[in-house]
Amino acid sequence: MNRPLAIQELIKFSPDGAKVDAFFGVPGRTFPVVEGPHATFVWRGEADGVTLQHWIFGLESSSSLARVANTDLWYLTLDIPHGSRVEYKLEIHRHGGSQWIEDPRNANRARDPFGANSVLQGEGYEVPDWAFPDDDARSGMLDPFSFHSKSLGGMRHGSIYLPARFRKTRLYPLVVVHDGSDYVNFARMKVVLDNLIHRLEIPDMIVAFTDSPDRLHEYANDEAHARFLTEELLPDLTGRLPLLDRPQARCLMGASFGAVAAFSTACRYPDVWGRLLLQSGSFAFTDIGKRNRRGPLFDRVVEFVNQIREQPTAVSERIFMSCGVYESLIYENRSLVPLLDATGMQVKFVEARDGHNWENWRDRLREGLSWLFPGPLMFVYE
Amino acid sequence: MIAGELPAVVLLGAQRYNPTLGDAIEELGVRGKIATITAGWQEREDDDADLKAYLGGRAVNLSLHARGEDVFRRDPELLAAHRERQAVLRHRQDFYRVRLEHALDAQHVIDQRSAPDEILEDEARTSIDAIRNIDALHLDRCARDRKDFDARHKPDEHAAVVEHRAALKAIVEECDAIAIAGGHVASLLNRLRLFRIDEIARGKTIFAWCAGAMAICERVVLFHDSPPQGPGAAEVLDAGLGFVGDVVVFPQPEFRLKLADRPRLRVMVRRFAPATCLAMPARSRVTWLRAGPLAPYGAFAIRDDGTHSYDPPPRSRPSGSPSTSVELSPSSTALPFSPPSKRYAS
Repeated sequence: MNRPLAIQELIKFSPDGAKVDAFFGVPGRTFPVVEGPHATFVWRGEADGVTLQHWIFGLESSSSLARVANTDLWYLTLDIPHGSRVEYKLEIHRHGGSQWIEDPRNANRARDPFGANSVLQGEGYEVPDWAFPDDDARSGMLDPFSFHSKSLGGMRHGSIYLPARFRKTRLYPLVVVHDGSDYVNFARMKVVLDNLIHRLEIPDMIVAFTDSPDRLHEYANDEAHARFLTEELLPDLTGRLPLLDRPQARCLMGASFGAVAAFSTACRYPDVWGRLLLQSGSFAFTDIGKRNRRGPLFDRVVEFVNQIREQPTAVSERIFMSCGVYESLIYENRSLVPLLDATGMQVKFVEARDGHNWENWRDRLREGLSWLFPGPLMFVYE
Repeated sequence: MIAGELPAVVLLGAQRYNPTLGDAIEELGVRGKIATITAGWQEREDDDADLKAYLGGRAVNLSLHARGEDVFRRDPELLAAHRERQAVLRHRQDFYRVRLEHALDAQHVIDQRSAPDEILEDEARTSIDAIRNIDALHLDRCARDRKDFDARHKPDEHAAVVEHRAALKAIVEECDAIAIAGGHVASLLNRLRLFRIDEIARGKTIFAWCAGAMAICERVVLFHDSPPQGPGAAEVLDAGLGFVGDVVVFPQPEFRLKLADRPRLRVMVRRFAPATCLAMPARSRVTWLRAGPLAPYGAFAIRDDGTHSYDPPPRSRPSGSPSTSVELSPSSTALPFSPPSKRYAS
């Protein structure tokens, strides 16, 4: 017989303030309380109502917490599949208004350009060890750069990652990253690169982290952006850095709209970018009509993806795609995979029990980068 | 079993912790200088203080990696040709991998099917034959590319190469043995070939471990059952120097092979038969003399059915004692996989 959940045990014995205190004071107990596949969200305080706001596509995005009678404790138990990561906030309703807050009893946070969310780590989920700084891994260099783009009509900024053992006499593959600063700040990509290189899981590589001042425009299948990357930035980097001069050694990557930018650029310049890493791509399409339910922001994306669906062609050699099963884009990404696969491109698609967020994208970096650029692990026997 | 011009070849397990090279040297009674090759460590080649100290001051590092860098610095034409060749090799390996993965997938699918036993056995043989053909074709292509490269660019005739080879020959003549360390096996093999170490090594006893052991066998097979991108296939890289025949060496099997995965090991063994798939964990040792092999320590052969005799050693074991029992591989009658003998008196 299954052991009752901690919250059920509490409720069973007519709790009062002291018993709730004891519930929170159980040594080692963390919140939300994860017991096997069950996660119990709790909040304590006076309110007219409390709701859980999460970003799990397929579940009601707003679920009410129930108040435990005669206490100020609120709770909600959900079934959370093994290995899941769920970002959420609590919405506290008082006096006709409401406020979204991070869970004060949960120290796990995921940060993004808009702030932070609390993170539920379901049973079996662990932050990968390669995402933490490792004293044994030598640190690469991150140098800021600025570039005047004729195509885009202005300055573009970013940073260049050089591996710790960088030598001018060696030739390196190049990865160009969209939303580069966010990948560094929110997906710990520099730490990840240092670690994966140290572990021989990816080769020494040069990474250009690029940013856009207007990503929703420039990343949405924009010809000028593709020209900037391929006809301006790539020749500039090739001229001043020791880069391998072949498509297999050039990668474009990005998440969300950044993935659209990477893929649409590769489509405009076939056989230039031989490797693509596309995370939670916003690959909206329509089967009838031209307007997707996501709104006009996606019109140029829809046009692009519909074209690809109509006439899929091989533009790259290897594409690594990933998407969270708790994000609505899982449908679009799953739909795209067989089409790309049928062109003869090698496509690897990985799903994760996660959402549309930087930590999901961080957690897939190892598999993606090492599949696109296998490191010398297979070659080194010491 | 070993190239005729060598008095002895010793393959060893990893030497980083608790090395056994000294036992092997002692066993063969090598008294003179030892030329060391640490080119597999690439830029860290000269970071060999531990090895030098271990060998008691009689080690002379041949600095093959640095010599190679010097050749390429002085000879841009050869550097450009070398880079072009590396690009060709990468393409070859990539296309070989594509074919290989499909063949292995087919083998796996067929292996899961239900059918009369005689049909399944026949199809299993066909699957393995298909994989063996892909391996053989790749090896042929590598040999052909290498021959073409040598004919076109004649690296042996380039002044910088000639100069370094002469220097290396003079050093090795003063030594009784050559010790080849592990590291990056492709890089090591490249330097061994560039300076024709197979010729320079004539008459010398060879000690080699990890990548070094792989590089001096007939065939170099890359393997890792748990890489981050998911378990792929063992891949033939190229021919080795061929100091040892009929053996494919698998160093660090305790970390790199899924030793409990019998179907996977079975495919591997059948793929490389009649050569023995020789797994060499830490502290293992196999010695070949001209007269024949000595009893090995700690190494084990993977059997035709994917089983083996590996027994992880206890945490502490007296220095010099065998780490595990060994036994005869059905596909290699040349290796005396029997209980370890006493010291060999040369």
